Amino acid sequence: MASKKNNPKEVTENDSNSRRDFIKKSGLFTALAFTPPSLVMASENKWDEKIAEYLETVPLSIEVNGKKHNLNIEPRTTLLDLLREQLQLTGTKKGCDHGQCGACTVHVNGTRILSCLTLASMQQNAQVTTIEGLSNGKKLHPMQEAFIKHDGFQCGYCTPGQIMSGIACIKEGHANSREEIREYMSGNICRCGAYHNIVDAITEVKEGGKEL
Amino acid sequence: MKNFQIIRALSSRTAVTNISKEKEAMFIAGGTNLVDLMKKNVVAPDKLIDINGLDLKKIEFLKGKVSIGALAKNSQVAEDATIKEKHPLLSLALAAGASQQIRHMATVGGNMLQKTRCSYYYNTDMPCNKRTPKSGCGAIGGSNRMHAVFGASDSCIAVHPSDMCIALAALDAQVLVEGPKGKRQIKFTDFHRLPGNTPEKDNNLEAKELITAIEIPDHNFTKNIHYLKVRDRTSYAFALVSVAAALDLKNNVIKDVRLAMGGVAHKPWRLTEAEEFLKGKTVSEEIFRQAGDLAMKGARTYGGNDFKITLGANTITEALIIAASK
Ligand SMILES: Cc1cc2nc3c(=O)[nH]c(=O)nc-3n(C[C@H](O)[C@H](O)[C@H](O)COP(=O)(O)OP(=O)(O)OC[C@H]3O[C@@H](n4cnc5c(N)ncnc54)[C@H](O)[C@@H]3O)c2cc1C
Ligand code: FES
Ligand code: FES
Repeated sequence: MASKKNNPKEVTENDSNSRRDFIKKSGLFTALAFTPPSLVMASENKWDEKIAEYLETVPLSIEVNGKKHNLNIEPRTTLLDLLREQLQLTGTKKGCDHGQCGACTVHVNGTRILSCLTLASMQQNAQVTTIEGLSNGKKLHPMQEAFIKHDGFQCGYCTPGQIMSGIACIKEGHANSREEIREYMSGNICRCGAYHNIVDAITEVKEGGKEL
Repeated sequence: MKNFQIIRALSSRTAVTNISKEKEAMFIAGGTNLVDLMKKNVVAPDKLIDINGLDLKKIEFLKGKVSIGALAKNSQVAEDATIKEKHPLLSLALAAGASQQIRHMATVGGNMLQKTRCSYYYNTDMPCNKRTPKSGCGAIGGSNRMHAVFGASDSCIAVHPSDMCIALAALDAQVLVEGPKGKRQIKFTDFHRLPGNTPEKDNNLEAKELITAIEIPDHNFTKNIHYLKVRDRTSYAFALVSVAAALDLKNNVIKDVRLAMGGVAHKPWRLTEAEEFLKGKTVSEEIFRQAGDLAMKGARTYGGNDFKITLGANTITEALIIAASK
């Protein structure tokens, strides 16, 4: 993985002059204001907003499910919103948007995290895996198969998060007993209460001993 | 969430210099508390200084102490083999907090500075002296089941929510900080503060100071220790009350003891009187019960949290029993 420090496009403290300040100081809008027709046109086309929007974004290089993306995003965009709204990867779910349910769990550089509390702008050069990135062509990931076999869901809304978390739970070495699985899966809430079957699915994959 | 600028700091020194130039700038580490608060508009910085590029992630075992970098992740510390061996109380307390996903993101420094979970603080339609000074305290006379029983004031009865910090208070840790005026050390038990009539200040960190590390001096509390957290569900919930108990026993006699409590005050609450009472005594359930009752003596409750006096005494007793039996 490329070091975060080496990205030439990244905004660091050395070039921290605010883009917003730049707009203010550059007098761009003042200039427009002196030419009434262009001002009218500008406001009709919402140019000011568009320019400001462009200038208030930051560049982001990110790899999602093996595919590289070079994007411009607002600093406030969460990784969850980036995935769902900009990359159309809607498999990752938004449950609470406040870190309380685990539906948005994805892997970043191999570690499970909550994408709703992660700013995408802080994930320069990160490698992200979502539920869409698990299967090998038409062949489902062993954890996906185990969830189907053991009925590890009812409505399915929490399932992408449960599966991402379940895989990590085994890889971290925290799936050695049903109690341990329950404790280390406690960050994934299931309103349908499929917990028992979820633990069955994870236990089976763990005991299957396949490399995940 | 209001939009903001974000820049990545390249060194502690420049992070501090950079933040000093800005009025509404804040550091961001794991983001698990700050992003949440920004979404709710409880805090709205103009600029974030991302400190994740700083070299502050290491856990170093030095002569007589361990130094844990402020950016070490909560899961990294909890699961470090040497931390488990030498500071098992810290490992247990960390593992009792939040969920594994959050522990993978949360840092030691961010954990110390996490804001209270008082629902009035979180709800910008409600009065809260901590969020909006002089707006009043909704919890006094309101819903206060989670609130403080020690050291509260007429302005604020919120509690500090961290589990990790309860263990660090018990283990006499030190906080290393770097600010515009240079570096300094703060005793962990002096780091967080009581609300008084300035509840907007959670701790004694000065504006623009960066936490760089915490240090824990070596100690003998490696065997008879326990962190007991009582909450509304078995996992992934904040403490109603929690107790960090550490005993140094010789032939069942208590040579030394540390006791700290969470969920009861605006800061991690050391139970020094109960500690003094226990020193030199022989282990027994009766002695532990007396220590629990003694510790809860000065408690003051607010209606919704009356149960914390009994629950507190029982939790102290139970934590000591479990610690002694290990
Ligand atoms: C659903 C949920 C459940 C939780 N349950 C628990 C629980 O049971 N027990 C528990 O203890 N915690 C719990 N937490 C809280 C969690 O532990 C904290 O959110 C986390 O520790 C904060 O660390 P962070 O690195 O993400 O901080 P951030 O969110 O990045 O920062 C928090 C604050 O610290 C400041 N800051 C960060 N690092 C530094 C530094 N080095 N120097 C100066 N300032 C700094 C930031 O400016 C900010 O004000 C829970 C959180 C959630 C969302
Ligand atoms: S949507 Fe992220 S934890 Fe609920
Ligand atoms: S299957 Fe419905 S929430 Fe879990």
